[in-house]
Amino acid sequence: MTIPVLSAKPAPAPARHLDNLESEAIYILRETAAEFSNPALLFSGGKDSTVLLRLAEKAFRPSKFPFPLLHVDTGENFPEVIAFRDRIAKQLGERLIVRTVQDSIDRGRVKLKTPNQSRNALQSVTLLDAIAEFEFDACIGGARRDEEKARAKERIFSYRNSFGQWDPRHQRPELWSLYNGRLDKGEHMRIFPLSNWTEIDIWRYIEREEMELPSLYYAHERPLAVRGKNLVPFSDLFPAREDDVIETRVVRFRTVGDITCTLPVESNAATVEQVIAETMVASLSERGATRLDDQTSDASMEERKRAGYF
Amino acid sequence: MAPLDQKMDTADDIGLLRFSTAGSVDDGKSSLIGRLLYDSKAVSTDRIAALERIARRKGEDVIDLSLLMDGLTVEREQGITIDVAYSYFATAQRKFIIADTPGHEQYTRNMVTGASTADAAVILVDAARGLSLQTRRHLYLSHLLGVPHLVVAVNKMDLVGFDKGAYDIVVASIEAFADAIGAKRTYIVPISAKHGDNVVNASTNMPWYEGQPLLALLEALPPAIVMHQAPFRFPVQLVRRVPVHGGEQIRQYLGRVESGHIKAGDEIAVMPAGRVTRVRAVSDFHGPLERGESGRSIAIEVQDELDIARGDVLTPPLLPPRVDDEFTATICWFSDDGFNGQGRYLVKCGTRTVAGRVAEIIYRLDVATLATEPNPETLRCNDIARVRIALAESLAFDAYDANRATGAFILIDADTNATVAAGMIALRDGEATAAGGSGFDVGL
Repeated sequence: MTIPVLSAKPAPAPARHLDNLESEAIYILRETAAEFSNPALLFSGGKDSTVLLRLAEKAFRPSKFPFPLLHVDTGENFPEVIAFRDRIAKQLGERLIVRTVQDSIDRGRVKLKTPNQSRNALQSVTLLDAIAEFEFDACIGGARRDEEKARAKERIFSYRNSFGQWDPRHQRPELWSLYNGRLDKGEHMRIFPLSNWTEIDIWRYIEREEMELPSLYYAHERPLAVRGKNLVPFSDLFPAREDDVIETRVVRFRTVGDITCTLPVESNAATVEQVIAETMVASLSERGATRLDDQTSDASMEERKRAGYF
Repeated sequence: MAPLDQKMDTADDIGLLRFSTAGSVDDGKSSLIGRLLYDSKAVSTDRIAALERIARRKGEDVIDLSLLMDGLTVEREQGITIDVAYSYFATAQRKFIIADTPGHEQYTRNMVTGASTADAAVILVDAARGLSLQTRRHLYLSHLLGVPHLVVAVNKMDLVGFDKGAYDIVVASIEAFADAIGAKRTYIVPISAKHGDNVVNASTNMPWYEGQPLLALLEALPPAIVMHQAPFRFPVQLVRRVPVHGGEQIRQYLGRVESGHIKAGDEIAVMPAGRVTRVRAVSDFHGPLERGESGRSIAIEVQDELDIARGDVLTPPLLPPRVDDEFTATICWFSDDGFNGQGRYLVKCGTRTVAGRVAEIIYRLDVATLATEPNPETLRCNDIARVRIALAESLAFDAYDANRATGAFILIDADTNATVAAGMIALRDGEATAAGGSGFDVGL
């Protein structure tokens, strides 16, 4: 099956709309720097957190960022993304802290039910451990409200109790741009500067700012295990099953997360312009198309978020 | 994302519209939003497929569009909205952000959270039941927050046989209430969210209605109040020291231009202290700016070595904000614990947080009847009251009706850190309002 690349060149990004989103995100990042003593920015190498880094440059350069970058590595990420993560952190000259789910398993903090279980949901424990280890009082993340309906409920400054839990029934009222950053020791805040951005805004911004992304986001040939309607990626660490039918397809990833739960979509979009054109006519939601972890139940994201997930 | 997004770029001049929605239980609010999203093709096929699975499981032959909105498990279980959910869609004319807010009085704090940043409020009324207490509450709160446009959608017209007479009775009560609270720019549309009448498509069942369907109305609403005409206000967020050659450092003040604009050479006052200096440079990440426009996050350098810190407000010396250690304000109390006259609080206004207390409750307002109760000793959760706030130190501020950014504040409980109230600083006698101000003193 071939998918035609859309020939219609999209109009240039709506400048004022992106300017407003950018300005709001810079404001939020600066409020975070002012209101917390020890924040961290969660950087995975994915497109949203890469946009966050660009916004942090706009908020703080020529000074250094007032926070380190933190990545919770499931050990099941795509190697190209990890290489990108390391290179970007080095280019920026910012400190990158990596904590792995494997550490949490080795220390007995989490137990795998089966050896092949996806480690994606387990990263909440590793994240909370890292927050405790470094005494972070704020974690800046790239989650957006348009991604998923539990995320649609989240405040921009989203309070976590000393167990790292989100209580969606008792969120702090958040009026105007008056963010309440006050905490007791052991509690922390999750901060979402991209709350009001949509998937297309992210791509428009990547285009406007001429940002580099991991190559996985653009069309490439990849051997995949065909399981029902899902095209499942595999790697040396996570090989295909013996009974898998393997086919090479031209695909790209709309989200880049854990290899065990991130699926590509068939696409010929090889440039940012082509991705924008494709995104505008896409009929599937971003996570619905590509995340196995969100397909398990109507409330799967909410349940993970309550337990400390991003 | 809607396919129509492509065309939206050409319509960027009219800009984004943020609107909040509110209604009483069973007014059909979630259905209305579901209908707006569905009919404007903003719902992805996987989400429609999920709704179809649910309908099959329940043995129903139509999908329930209201399920698109309630995002929390407990909300779906109870069939109510507890907290604001934000959703995003675009038509050929405009980009929209919907803040879907709860109707229950118990969750008023979440309703005002959604309405505080809205350009328009869409408030649902049940055509058969008429203007309820909650609807009055929503209309009043939206008006109090200065939401520029109030749109009342009279829903469930199908249940009254699409009858003009029934609609006219509801309209008369809405208009009477809007008059009483001094709300201008109120639009009223008869709809049936369930059947789609006058939501996206014009209704054939109500030929007597001459206005636009709801979506067309929202597409045509004038953009939000433009703050560049108001006096310059720049609450300082951070101070940055930048090394320059010769081992020296220059200081830059980081923040967002909340209103007006600024350029190199302009004279500015540092409030509340009142010291005056001149702007040496205005810049952003990309370099010097000819002018810092309202809404932009920028950096400002000044000519003189002054003590300028987070929380100070840079303003024109000739159009300064008020500076005082007390003010009168209308507040909405959020905390379940209520207010008993005690308690230590912090006031966050702009980027400044100072200790403060509720020095006097001037009156409590009954939102339904607009009656006032003078000098109550306590406040309960969700009470609206006029109060006098006393501060531990002087603050620079404006009346909310003159400037939302410098006229709004929150009260934080110093012991629990909870946001216990939100407030809008009142105009003084004879003070002029900005265009679009709510004038919420009316009738009192």
